[in-house]
Amino acid sequence: MRPMIDRDQVLHVARLARLHLEESEVERMAAELSGVLEHVDRIAGLDLDDVATTTHVVHLENVLRDDTPTPSLSPERALAGAPDPDQGSFRVPSPQA
Amino acid sequence: MSDVVELSLVEAAEAIRCGDLDPGEYASAWRQAAAGDALGAYLWRADEDAGPGTSESSSELAGIPVAVKDIFCIEDVPTTAGSRILEGYLPPYTATAVARLRAAGAGVLGKTNMDEFAMGSSNENSAYAPVLNPWDRDRVPGGSSGGSAAAVAGGLAPCAIGTDTGGSIRQPAALCGIVGLKPTYGAISRYGMIAFASSLDQCGPLTRTVADSALMLRVMEGRDPLDSTSTGIPGGVGLPAAERLDGLRLGVPRELAGEAEGIEPGVREVFERTLDVCRDLGAEVAETALPHAEHGISAYYVLAPAEASANLARYDGVRYGLRESASDLTEMYERTRAEGFGDEVKRRIMLGTYALSSGYYDAYYGQAQRVRTLIAEDFNRAFEDFDLLLTPTSPTVAFELGSRASDPLAMYMSDYCTVPMSLAGLPAISIPAGLAQPEGGGPELPVGLQVAGPAYSESRLLDAAHAIEQAVGFDGTPARGGAGDS
Amino acid sequence: MSPGENRWEPVIGLEIHVQLQTRTKMFCGCELEFGAEPNVHTCPVCLGHPGTLPVPNRQAINYALGVALALGCEIAPRSIFHRKNYFYPDLPKGYQISQYDIPLGAGGSLGEVRIHRVHLEEDAAKLSHVGESGRIHGSGTSRVDFNRGGTPLVEIVSEPDIRSGPQAREWLQLLRTTLRQLGVSDVNMEEGSLRCDANISIREAGTEALGTKTELKNMNSFRFIERGIAAEIERQVALVEGGGEVAQETLHFDPVSGSLTSLRSKEYAHDYRYLPEPDLVPLAPSEEQIEAARAALPELPEARRDRYAAELGLSPDDAAHLAFDAELGSFFERTSERAREADSKAVANWVTGELVRCSREAGFEHPAETKATPEIVAALADLVATRSINRKVGRQVLNRLVLEGGDPAAIVEAEGLGAVSGDDGALEAAVEKAIAAQPEAAEKVRAGETKAIGALIGFVMRETGGRADGGEVTRLIHEKLAPQPPVTD
Repeated sequence: MRPMIDRDQVLHVARLARLHLEESEVERMAAELSGVLEHVDRIAGLDLDDVATTTHVVHLENVLRDDTPTPSLSPERALAGAPDPDQGSFRVPSPQA
Repeated sequence: MSDVVELSLVEAAEAIRCGDLDPGEYASAWRQAAAGDALGAYLWRADEDAGPGTSESSSELAGIPVAVKDIFCIEDVPTTAGSRILEGYLPPYTATAVARLRAAGAGVLGKTNMDEFAMGSSNENSAYAPVLNPWDRDRVPGGSSGGSAAAVAGGLAPCAIGTDTGGSIRQPAALCGIVGLKPTYGAISRYGMIAFASSLDQCGPLTRTVADSALMLRVMEGRDPLDSTSTGIPGGVGLPAAERLDGLRLGVPRELAGEAEGIEPGVREVFERTLDVCRDLGAEVAETALPHAEHGISAYYVLAPAEASANLARYDGVRYGLRESASDLTEMYERTRAEGFGDEVKRRIMLGTYALSSGYYDAYYGQAQRVRTLIAEDFNRAFEDFDLLLTPTSPTVAFELGSRASDPLAMYMSDYCTVPMSLAGLPAISIPAGLAQPEGGGPELPVGLQVAGPAYSESRLLDAAHAIEQAVGFDGTPARGGAGDS
Repeated sequence: MSPGENRWEPVIGLEIHVQLQTRTKMFCGCELEFGAEPNVHTCPVCLGHPGTLPVPNRQAINYALGVALALGCEIAPRSIFHRKNYFYPDLPKGYQISQYDIPLGAGGSLGEVRIHRVHLEEDAAKLSHVGESGRIHGSGTSRVDFNRGGTPLVEIVSEPDIRSGPQAREWLQLLRTTLRQLGVSDVNMEEGSLRCDANISIREAGTEALGTKTELKNMNSFRFIERGIAAEIERQVALVEGGGEVAQETLHFDPVSGSLTSLRSKEYAHDYRYLPEPDLVPLAPSEEQIEAARAALPELPEARRDRYAAELGLSPDDAAHLAFDAELGSFFERTSERAREADSKAVANWVTGELVRCSREAGFEHPAETKATPEIVAALADLVATRSINRKVGRQVLNRLVLEGGDPAAIVEAEGLGAVSGDDGALEAAVEKAIAAQPEAAEKVRAGETKAIGALIGFVMRETGGRADGGEVTRLIHEKLAPQPPVTD
């Protein structure tokens, strides 16, 4: 039976999710995801056009906060645990243009 | 004085409050017990006095040490969510649920082991070590709050808190023979609780008795200005006192009990026996239906991974946690996340990303949200005729370590009975109902009874659970392999 | 207008991001401050720490509501937030909280341009390159400062109703003035509190179908926007006329060289995988709230233009100029306040007329940039109103004031530019001299040919070094040339 998600799709999704997969993982992932998707796919076929979607189970609206300052972290605290702090900032490899 | 660690939470709190029990002695006894952890329940234990947040012994939980699932941020305390990607991470702030416990006088005994980012039903997905079931160390304690459950069941903590997204408090509580409560969504603040699936995650207590559970819930519930989805429990929570169930209408959804596939004979038997107990206590017990519950797992395994894929995007090596060296930014992201996340987490991130990706959103995510509506409506209808619903918590008793490792779907099916309540945001508790052998033979292992109620019905839920608990008289001691055995 | 433009119709839509001037960020209580030391205004929430949750800023919502109403939008009775997912170092959560299919406001218009939607979102942090050129290219490292991350933004998307670079610039001015009037943002393009991207396509004039559009980003002044859009239109026309096809891409306009370069996007053909934000509950402004917000709107530019035209008798164009240009409008208001003798209409004329012209001639973009402050212009207007100097001298002095500032009265005094008036008889003497020197002109005026007076006035002006008050001169000439009443004995 044709898998529900193939190798190319796996690689595309992995890129979207910024997950590096070893070659051996790609095949395994395709098989495992296909297995789950086959089960999950049951709902794809249901006719639910008249049913509203639930985005929140709590029935709240307009929960807001006043525009009043609260204490910020000191820069030292903010940068504690940063993998590569530099001159008060978080350093990262440059994004490609 | 009898061994202080035998006292229930309610008893200990009372004893400390009226001066019969020295909080220092109590905390010390528990630290000692926790130090004997041979189950892998703890990832971190407090060295010094797990002492109270406040010295006022009149506080509700004064002097009580609590085991905290490692998913809760505590300022300057190692917090990993069971993952390598947060190895060494020290949060700069404390979760509201923990802050409220501390404000009530409780202290933190340690951080408990868990399935990585709460993804799992066996605690085998921890990046650090699996947790062992105190009833049989070849078996899983359940997950994802496996460490918390094992600690309480194994005599390593008087009580614990965990999180439940699809059953992660209730199912390990069932497999370990203790009480686990998932309150109504919004009852307890999620601020500081590392997110897995935001619209499903809830904090809850794991305890030895229902009354202990109520005590902890009372302290933790409440609206939090830092969590705009929090509501607290209107009217608060009373301590349970009911001894009987007269006049209570209890429904048994056929899709999740009776005819449901995959429920082990032993589990079914204990469940049926418990229904009889309920009848003896004066309840009306009858069958009901949750027609769309069969789609619960499908909907859950689209919604939860989808939300998780977004919630876990922040683990990118930029501001905290693990960073793998790389020659460019994309490689840094990809290698950090590949190294830092375990297999199950990667699987779910992939699943979630796929479900949200262009072209698939409506067929998967949109449909799952509609199924969610239908399930919620099913419950509403059922609660018109019944006060509470009963199901087995888990289709099976604790399974052997490694027995479901190669089949993710089989693992996912463990959540069959618990997922619908999560999708509907409803409160549900698991209490030990008896012991049964697994299908195919083996030692007798705990079976959990799940009791579910309408939104914000915790008081009534706890009352009923308490009455059943008293009548069942489950002996909470693991048959063999106590916590301190080597 | 280049020849190609008659055949091709440019179709331009603008996407504007406005930083709101609330005290704190959109989803946490960190303070907003431009130019602070890096990472002094951050917290676990805006750093995207595990377990943190957003809580929306009430004032930001109010401001956004004001913007949507000022732009004539329908307010959604219930709008929700969405997560827009992508990876970038300036995005701490790996997603931006924004609004997707149900924005706060939709439909509406401003001037001649329709508004598609108005919604709320949070700003990204500031990413800067550690390297020589300052641009993010190739290997190297970058630094992230999260102070800016989480600033409340209102995004305004126009319909593609704009047809040229200059029109885009004018409309953006109007939008900017509107936002200034509302007091929701300091709309400073240089500081980044007002940002504008343009979507540009062309189609054969008279057709309806839209062509492939390109996106022009990172233009941080009105002038660059105007020029960038013009350059891109030209490029597309040349491309299509040369047989090519416009490709969908993102472009950067370099104002120095005037060239357009393609930006290889960070994640080309983004799949943002929008999902409704589970951590935030819906916004549902009540009818009362909306009406209260509508009632609280200040006088907006178009209403002000109409008022200026009516009250000051200005032409619609001049009235629009004052009403649609925030700085010019406030310049006018301040000048008008300070002028004691000159009335508002006179001041308006000075500001929209002579001042704008002098400023431009002196090489300034805008009168507000010159040394001629409202106080100075008011003083000048007063001098003319009291006829201490005539209009021509006024213009002369203004040219100097624009470049050097100073006190108009002092300049007039020092240079002896004061009007020659009728008081000390010098003017009368000059008039008599003119009449004597130009008898033919004088005869014609006596005969009723009023045009001939010009020569006489000119003579007087030369005599007085241009300082005579024109009105006074005319009066005196007529007086002197009036038919004499018969002398009666």
